[in-house]
Amino acid sequence: MKQHELYVRNGQNWEWDRIPILEEDSFRQEILRECSHGARLVNLFAYPEGSGNIRIFSMLGRDHEGKLRLLSMRIPIKKGCFQSLTPELPQAHLFEREIAEQFAITPVGHPWLKPVRYHQNYCDAPDLWPAVSSRSIPGVYPFYRVDGEEVHEVAVGPVHAGIIEPGHFRFQCHGEEILNLEIQLGYQHRGIEKMMENVSMERSVLLAESIAGDTVIGHAMAYCHLIESLSDCEISPRAEAIRAIALELERLSNHIGDLGALSTDIGFLPPAAYFGRLRGEFLNLLMELSGNRYGRSLCRVGGVLFDLDQEMIKDFQKRLLVARKDLKEICDLFFTKSSVLSRLEGTGIVSNKIAKELGLVGPTARASSCGLDVRTDYAFGLYRFHHIPISTVLSADVYARALMRRLESQRSIEFILEILNQIPDGDLQIKSAALKPKHMALSMVEGWRGEIVHVAITDAHSRITRYKMKDPSFNNWMGLSMAVRGAQISDFPLCNKSFNLSYAGHDL
Amino acid sequence: MWGIIINRFKQGFRTTLSYPKEVPSFPQRFRGKPVLNNTADTPCPINKSKDPLGAVASGKKLTLDMGKCLFNEDLKAICPKGILTYSQDHRLAVSKKKDLILQGEEVKLARALNEKTRKIFGRSLKLREVCAGSCSGCDAEIQAMGNIVFDLSRFGIQFVASPRHADGLMITGPVTKNMELALKKTYEAVPHPKIVIAVGACAINGGPFQGGRDVHDGVDGLIPVDLYIPGCPPHPLTILDGLLRLLGKLENKENNFR
Ligand code: SF4
Repeated sequence: MKQHELYVRNGQNWEWDRIPILEEDSFRQEILRECSHGARLVNLFAYPEGSGNIRIFSMLGRDHEGKLRLLSMRIPIKKGCFQSLTPELPQAHLFEREIAEQFAITPVGHPWLKPVRYHQNYCDAPDLWPAVSSRSIPGVYPFYRVDGEEVHEVAVGPVHAGIIEPGHFRFQCHGEEILNLEIQLGYQHRGIEKMMENVSMERSVLLAESIAGDTVIGHAMAYCHLIESLSDCEISPRAEAIRAIALELERLSNHIGDLGALSTDIGFLPPAAYFGRLRGEFLNLLMELSGNRYGRSLCRVGGVLFDLDQEMIKDFQKRLLVARKDLKEICDLFFTKSSVLSRLEGTGIVSNKIAKELGLVGPTARASSCGLDVRTDYAFGLYRFHHIPISTVLSADVYARALMRRLESQRSIEFILEILNQIPDGDLQIKSAALKPKHMALSMVEGWRGEIVHVAITDAHSRITRYKMKDPSFNNWMGLSMAVRGAQISDFPLCNKSFNLSYAGHDL
Repeated sequence: MWGIIINRFKQGFRTTLSYPKEVPSFPQRFRGKPVLNNTADTPCPINKSKDPLGAVASGKKLTLDMGKCLFNEDLKAICPKGILTYSQDHRLAVSKKKDLILQGEEVKLARALNEKTRKIFGRSLKLREVCAGSCSGCDAEIQAMGNIVFDLSRFGIQFVASPRHADGLMITGPVTKNMELALKKTYEAVPHPKIVIAVGACAINGGPFQGGRDVHDGVDGLIPVDLYIPGCPPHPLTILDGLLRLLGKLENKENNFR
C-alpha cells in the first residue's frame, strides 16, 4: 500500500495528525531514496511525544519544486536507538549527533558520535556521555588523531587571538600540510532552543534577535514569519517590503565586512579600510531605519515597528547610489590585483560533490556552483513578487566565495533601489491571533550566510512545546574542515574568513 | 600601484571622526540613554508583560535598570502614557553596578581609575577581549572601534592577542557554563594590576538569556568588574566613551578631552 505523503511549503502550517508516521525501516529508506533523487536534508530533529515515545521528523527539500516532504518515525524511549543514516548520507551527521545529545538516543552505526554542544539532555534521561556533560569542554573529548612520524598536532582555542567567538580547532598536520581539522564548538551554547519553549512571546522575539548578532534580521524574520503562520496572520505588503530591505541591508553589511576581512588577512590594507567604512554605511542605514545598527526592534510579530517615510526613502536612495559607486571602485581595486588573485585562487577548494554531500547552504554552496537560495527556491514575503537573480561561481575556492559576496552585494543594492521606488502601502503592524493548537509550522529565510530554518510545534493548549532552529552555520562548519584538508596550515585563517561562520548560531 | 593611488584619491578624506572633540549626531530613532518621566503625580499603570526581563521596577518611584534593559523599542509600551523614552545620548558607562539603576535622567557616569593605576594605563591600555557566550553583536561593535571611523588606537588603546600581554579584559556574553573555565583561566593569566570591563546587557546581567539553564547571569560573581557598559549592543562610541572615562580622559559631564 502506498503511504500517504505530506508536502509542505515555506511559511505553511499543518495539523499535527497529518504528518505521516513510518516504520523505522521505511523512514530510512524513503530519506535515502529522496536524497538520491536530488532532495536535500533540510531538517532532522526529535520531539518527545509523551507516552514514552520520541518522534523524529525529517524535512526533505526538493529545491526546484519549492516544497519539502515531511516524514516522521516513532522510537520508544525504552528502545533508545535507531539506525544511523550518516554512513550512507553524510549530511545527516551533525543532525544525528544533535538528536543524540538532546534526547539521549543513539544513532547506531554513526561513525563519529560525539556531543555537539556539551549540555545535559532535554528529557531527564541519563546522558549518553555522562562523563562530559557535567564538565567543561573540551574536557575528555577524544579528538580524531593521526599517528606517524613527523605528524604533529596543533590546538587552537577556545579563546582566540582576535576579537572573535570561542571555539576549539584541532589540526593534525604533517609539516605544513593539514591532514585533518576537527572543529569542536559548544562554548557559546546558551540553550536558546529550550528557552524558547518556556518564555513569553515578548521575550522570545528578543531571544530570536540574539541567536547570532550579525543575523538579527534573518532570525527575527524567521521567528516572526513562523508565529504569523501559526496564527494565520497575513502581514501587509508594506511591512514585507521593509523587512526585505532590512534583510538585504544586513546581507550588504556582512558581505562587505567579509571582503574587508579578507583584504586584511592578505595584507592589502587600502581596500580593507575602505570596505570597513562602507560596511558602516549599511549599518548606519539600518540604524536610521530601526534605531539600532543591527536592526534590533525592527521585526515584530504582525509586521514591523518602523516605517520608511518619503524623506527617508529619498535619503536612502541617495546614499545607496553613492555606496554602489564606492563598492564598484573598491571591488575593482581588490579583484584586479594579481597579488590578490594569486592568494585567493585555488585556495580552500570545496568541490561541488563535497558541497552537495555535506549539504552546504548559502553563498558557500553557491560558490561551489550549487544553485540553491531560499529567496528563489522557497520564496517568502516580498521575494514572491520581486525576484532577485541568484549567482553561482564554478571555481569553489576562496576567490569564488569572495566573488559571491561582491555579486550578491551588487544584486542587493539593485534590489533595494527597486523596492524603494515603489514601496507598497499597508499597515505597519497588525494584531495577531492566538496560536493554533496541535499544529506544526515551518519558516525559512535566506540570511546572508544561507538558509535559516525555524520550526515550531504547538500542543492542545496552543503552547509551543518544541522550537527547532537551524542557522546556516550548522550546515557549513564541516565545509570549512574539508576546505583546509590538504592545504597549508597558514591558509587556514584565509579559508576561515572566506566562510565566516557563526559560532553562536551553531551553538544556540 | 597607480591603481591604488588613484583609488585613494577617489575615496577621498571622509574617514575618522573628530570624536571626542565633536560628537556626531545620532539618527532620530537611535535609542540611547533611557529617560524616565517620573514627575507625573498619578503613577503610571505598568504593563509588566512588555518588560519580560524585569528592567523596570516600581517602588515609590519608577526605576529602570540599564543593565537589564535591551534598549528595545517595545519596552516603551510598558506604560501608555509614555513615561519611558530613549534619548540620543550615547554616554552610558558606569563604574558601579548600582549606578546602572536610573531614576530620572541623570546617570552617574564612570569615574576614572585611581591616580596610581591611571598612571600605569593612562597612555597605553592593552586589552584582551573574551567572548563568553555573546551573540557576537557586542563583539562586532568592539571590533568596529578599531576601524578607520572610530580609530581606537589613536587613544593608545589596543586589543592584544594574549592575556599575558594585556592590562585587562573586555568581556561580552552572559558567560555560558561552557566558557566559565576558559574565562577564569584567561583572567588569571593577565598580570596585576588588571581591569575588567563588562560590555553589553549579557555580560552585565545575562541579557535576554538571564536565568537560563546553561548560562550565568553575567560576569559579576565570577570575576570582579571595574566598568559596566550597557546596551544591546552598545554603540562603538558608547564603549569608547566608557574607556576614555575610565582612563580619566573625559571630564565627567561634558565631552572635554584632557
Ligand atoms: S548584549 Fe545584546 S548584542 Fe551583546 S551579546 Fe548580548 S544579546 Fe548580543
